[in-house]
Amino acid sequence: MSLKHDIEFKLNGVSRCASVRVDMSALDMLRDVAGLTGTKYGCGEGECGACTILVDGLSLNSCLMFAVDCHGRDVVTIEGLAADAKADALRAAFVEHGAVQCGYCTPGMVMQASHLLATHPDADAEAIKRGIEGNLCRCTGYTKIVEAIASVSRTGKPGARS
Amino acid sequence: MTEIEQYVAPSSLEQAAEYLQRSGEVTILAGGTDLMPQSQGGRLKIKRTLMNIQHIPELKGIAIDGGAIRIGALATITEIMQSELIKKHLPILIEACDHFASDQIRNAATLGGNVCNASPAGDMLVPLLVLDAEVELASKPDGGLTRRRLPLSEFFVGPGKTRRAPSELLAGLRIGLPGAHHYARFFKFGTRPALDIATISIGIAGTLNNGALSSARVAFGAVAPVPMRAPRTEQALEARRLDAATIEAVAGVARDEVTPIDDVRASAWYRKELIHNITKRMLDHVAQA
Ligand SMILES: Cc1cc2nc3c(=O)[nH]c(=O)nc-3n(C[C@H](O)[C@H](O)[C@H](O)COP(=O)(O)OP(=O)(O)OC[C@H]3O[C@@H](n4cnc5c(N)ncnc54)[C@H](O)[C@@H]3O)c2cc1C
Ligand code: FES
Ligand code: FES
Repeated sequence: MSLKHDIEFKLNGVSRCASVRVDMSALDMLRDVAGLTGTKYGCGEGECGACTILVDGLSLNSCLMFAVDCHGRDVVTIEGLAADAKADALRAAFVEHGAVQCGYCTPGMVMQASHLLATHPDADAEAIKRGIEGNLCRCTGYTKIVEAIASVSRTGKPGARS
Repeated sequence: MTEIEQYVAPSSLEQAAEYLQRSGEVTILAGGTDLMPQSQGGRLKIKRTLMNIQHIPELKGIAIDGGAIRIGALATITEIMQSELIKKHLPILIEACDHFASDQIRNAATLGGNVCNASPAGDMLVPLLVLDAEVELASKPDGGLTRRRLPLSEFFVGPGKTRRAPSELLAGLRIGLPGAHHYARFFKFGTRPALDIATISIGIAGTLNNGALSSARVAFGAVAPVPMRAPRTEQALEARRLDAATIEAVAGVARDEVTPIDDVRASAWYRKELIHNITKRMLDHVAQA
């Protein structure tokens, strides 16, 4: 059996403990230990962004992070964002702009968009495109996603063409 | 899977050096963006002890220290990109950060991890080479913490291989503050702007006076087993006025100096052409600067 280690961290605002395998990824810990399956496994190697979470306010690929490294940190997943009124506008924008098709990329895309808007509240279409470079979507062709994010950015005009 | 026997997360450099001194069987974890895919993909076996260095304050921060800028090994690509000191004194590093992977990876990836992973295509390595960066290695051989410095140009010995001893930790990088008229540019060639490993990369630096670079530095990425300084190209460039004939001659020397391989990203022939053409383009820019 692989070595386990106990960690204590904040998950979506609530303190919690977990016993995790030392070689486990934060993604596996969230899905299999914490039971939060909103965060998706796409590629497992940092290429697709489906597993994006916020750690101490920064967006990261949870598939590249060691679960043990969550110790002492503040982790927010899409479930946390779903309960956060500040993110209502962003979530509604994804729905209104048709930025969700199969939905597999959506949790990661929304997490990354919320980080982008937190750090660049004025992001224009160009900045939004650069901000979501690490998130792949096989369905939408990105246009509607960029429009959705632009509609809640301070400079964004609803429906603005990218 | 590997049998990891111990997980440690020391809170000081001294403690970390002690773990390394006690056992050579330690795998160091920083951002994990190389370590996780390499260990999960079976390309790397985590040793008996996994040591997370993220809680060591001495490895953090970017500051001026005795005529040099010291970048702590744990500085992330995002932190470097946002640093006012780096923007002001070492803008070539910003160029390299800008096309590094994606926002999520830049938020996690550390400079120390990039240097110790020693990929021939590591994006920060070519700019650091032309800036004459030094690595600062810490260890605790006989009870006391000691540090040694080594030019980065002597640090790499092969893909993934460095002169860091198993008992040593990379504490940081040191870069002398550039003088007046310092010029330094980086170019990464890839097929898409994000999440791309360089097909080739080029760094050119020196002191620019009257259209000529002196103390010229040239380095290439992804064209040899290690990120390489190019002494023959540097010599061809040194203090020469950059007219069209000189630029063509230097680009020719560059093409002959590199020894790339064929792989999925490009053939050796194509890489040599890229080195020639992009060196030429970059020198045209120097001439116009
Ligand atoms: C999808 C993807 C895209 C990527 N794109 C790029 C890119 O565009 N450009 C690029 O250059 N790289 C890229 N990388 C590679 C990687 O992100 C970088 O090399 C990164 O800088 C590694 O830093 P880290 O902190 O994550 O290192 P880790 O994975 O924690 O460590 C890397 C290696 O260095 C050792 N190490 C780390 N810190 C120290 C230290 N202080 N002392 C001694 N040893 C140490 C570790 O033991 C390990 O062997 C990419 C990786 C992925 C997964
Ligand atoms: S699953 Fe993490 S980036 Fe694809
Ligand atoms: S909506 Fe299907 S992958 Fe993006």
